[in-house]
Amino acid sequence: AMEELLPSHFPASRAAAVAAAFIRYRHAGPGRGLALGTIRRAHREDIDAVGRKYHLELVLEDIRDKDSAVNCTAEVLYPLDNKNTVPDVQFTLEGELQNSDEADDMFYNQIKSLDKELVARNIPDSQGNVSPELEPIHLLAWAASGYVIWQNSTENTNFQLAQTKQVTQVKRSDEYLQFDYMILLHEMVSQEIIPWQLTVLWHPRHGVQVPQDSRQ
Amino acid sequence: MKILLAFSVLTAVACSKKTFVGDQVLHITPRDEEQITLLRLLDDQTHPEVNYWRHPSILGHPADLLVPSSRLQEIKGFLDSHNISYSTMIEDVQKLLDEEMKTMIKSRRTRSSTSTFDFGSYHTLDEIYDWMNTLVHDHPTLVSKVQIGQSYESRPLYVLKFSTGGSNRSAIWLDTGIHSREWITQAVGVWTANKIATGYGQDPSITAILDSMDVFIEIIANPDGFAFTHSTDRMWRKTRSINAGSHCIGVDPNRNWDAGFGGSGSSSNPCSELYRGPYAHSEGEVQAIVDFICGHGNVKAVISIHSYSQMLLFPYGYKTAPAPNHQELNELAKKAVSDLATIFGTKYTYGSIAETIYVAAGTTVDWAYKNGVKYSFTFELRDTGHYGFLLPSNQIIPTATETWPALLDIMIHVLEHPY
Repeated sequence: AMEELLPSHFPASRAAAVAAAFIRYRHAGPGRGLALGTIRRAHREDIDAVGRKYHLELVLEDIRDKDSAVNCTAEVLYPLDNKNTVPDVQFTLEGELQNSDEADDMFYNQIKSLDKELVARNIPDSQGNVSPELEPIHLLAWAASGYVIWQNSTENTNFQLAQTKQVTQVKRSDEYLQFDYMILLHEMVSQEIIPWQLTVLWHPRHGVQVPQDSRQ
Repeated sequence: MKILLAFSVLTAVACSKKTFVGDQVLHITPRDEEQITLLRLLDDQTHPEVNYWRHPSILGHPADLLVPSSRLQEIKGFLDSHNISYSTMIEDVQKLLDEEMKTMIKSRRTRSSTSTFDFGSYHTLDEIYDWMNTLVHDHPTLVSKVQIGQSYESRPLYVLKFSTGGSNRSAIWLDTGIHSREWITQAVGVWTANKIATGYGQDPSITAILDSMDVFIEIIANPDGFAFTHSTDRMWRKTRSINAGSHCIGVDPNRNWDAGFGGSGSSSNPCSELYRGPYAHSEGEVQAIVDFICGHGNVKAVISIHSYSQMLLFPYGYKTAPAPNHQELNELAKKAVSDLATIFGTKYTYGSIAETIYVAAGTTVDWAYKNGVKYSFTFELRDTGHYGFLLPSNQIIPTATETWPALLDIMIHVLEHPY
């Protein structure tokens, strides 16, 4: 049974937040920040013995250029299964995201050329400031948190990244960059602030990976 | 920006150093790979006080090197002997730090006039309380300050009253900062109070409203929480009251109201961010507003401002059934968010609390509505999650500026629909 939902109501907006988080994990990075814009349409489908699937038409915005909107369709299936609780997310981007190669490569080279491992705290700081040098680190956290948010979302949660408390670079001998992040997630339904540790691997051509994460 | 970064880098590096007198930062431009290799030698473990702020890495990109005064001659000699070109970027690091410290202290100093108060940055509790006094001082016939009670930790709870006279006129109530971590709200409260005070007699809408009605603004509805966000935990939401039998502190002041108290969307666990408290109005911060509004008897609108999510919401929070004047509130919200969007294109959604954001029992606006205040609204200001509670200070004035027409729409509607 398929039911149309009001985009402004929370069932649609929570599912859209999951879709956006997943898309961020797959497509965002140090050189690209993707924000959820408008939710244009939403439907919910009850699938017997499987779960509830949300069909969404969304707009994504590249934070570097608010006028660069990309339309997107996404499906978010919250499973009924108690054993596997991770929602299944499928999406299609209609159109191209702005190229981030230059920003990605610049960040990659900067980090690779550091003599001492990068360490930073409180991004943004209390006043919301992110220094230009740390902006890519902030965007990488936003992308990587998309993985954690996707993996832990249900119809009764709405996670956002609140802050990076600490990030420590871990030098590697291969081509990947590795960062150990301690972030704070804000879960809107419970209003809790949840510390979460995650290991993030990144490469300009291979995107974001989160091989290990743990709720603190 | 760069200088503040330098300062923060220095504070990280400088734990073992007390002073940077005579230390310099050299701006070095290597000409070839060989020079880059030589430069890398300078920043090794045996010379920890010689530090690159910007490392020599790519040809054509300069490096910035911090050199303590005791090593200056040696380092400059090294550069000269290898024909490496450099200039002095900072001649005396200590002098720079002293200047920067002076600037920071100056901008913290209390203003003697509201015209020099920096509305575009976040302020402390004391700074805002001081500013409120200067606002009253600058507009003595229009603005007065009323103490409505005390917080748990005995801080005064202040409300600014805007009135052109009359006797217990119909009134509009605004509060900001009831959830202390929502810093954009207190900042918007300050800006809005100033807007109203300076607009009377100039702006036709403000003048029309204040000629018939009074406006009350409680800018810091949760001063204990606000002080705590500055001193200890930027993410603190609740009050700071001690809970008997628990090590967890604080009650959610927006679940503590006597409207569906104890229902869904509030918690009985003192450790929860949604802890409703032992009973309705247990919090002094909440009881003070209850006493004031009930005592006043003529409040026609309650607007409680929160962040974040970019929403304009109205009752009910505690149940999904529509409020009796749902249609009117919905239409007014629709107009308000449309006018908000005309300023910078910021998109808000709107609707009842229970349907739009979540079911929440014991909220401010449900209580006000239940007690006869037909026009009860909650704003959730910028943004939608990119910065969340940590909204950059450069968004304070834009946020306040765009929210203003929405507030005005509500106030004008109240003015034109007396009841």
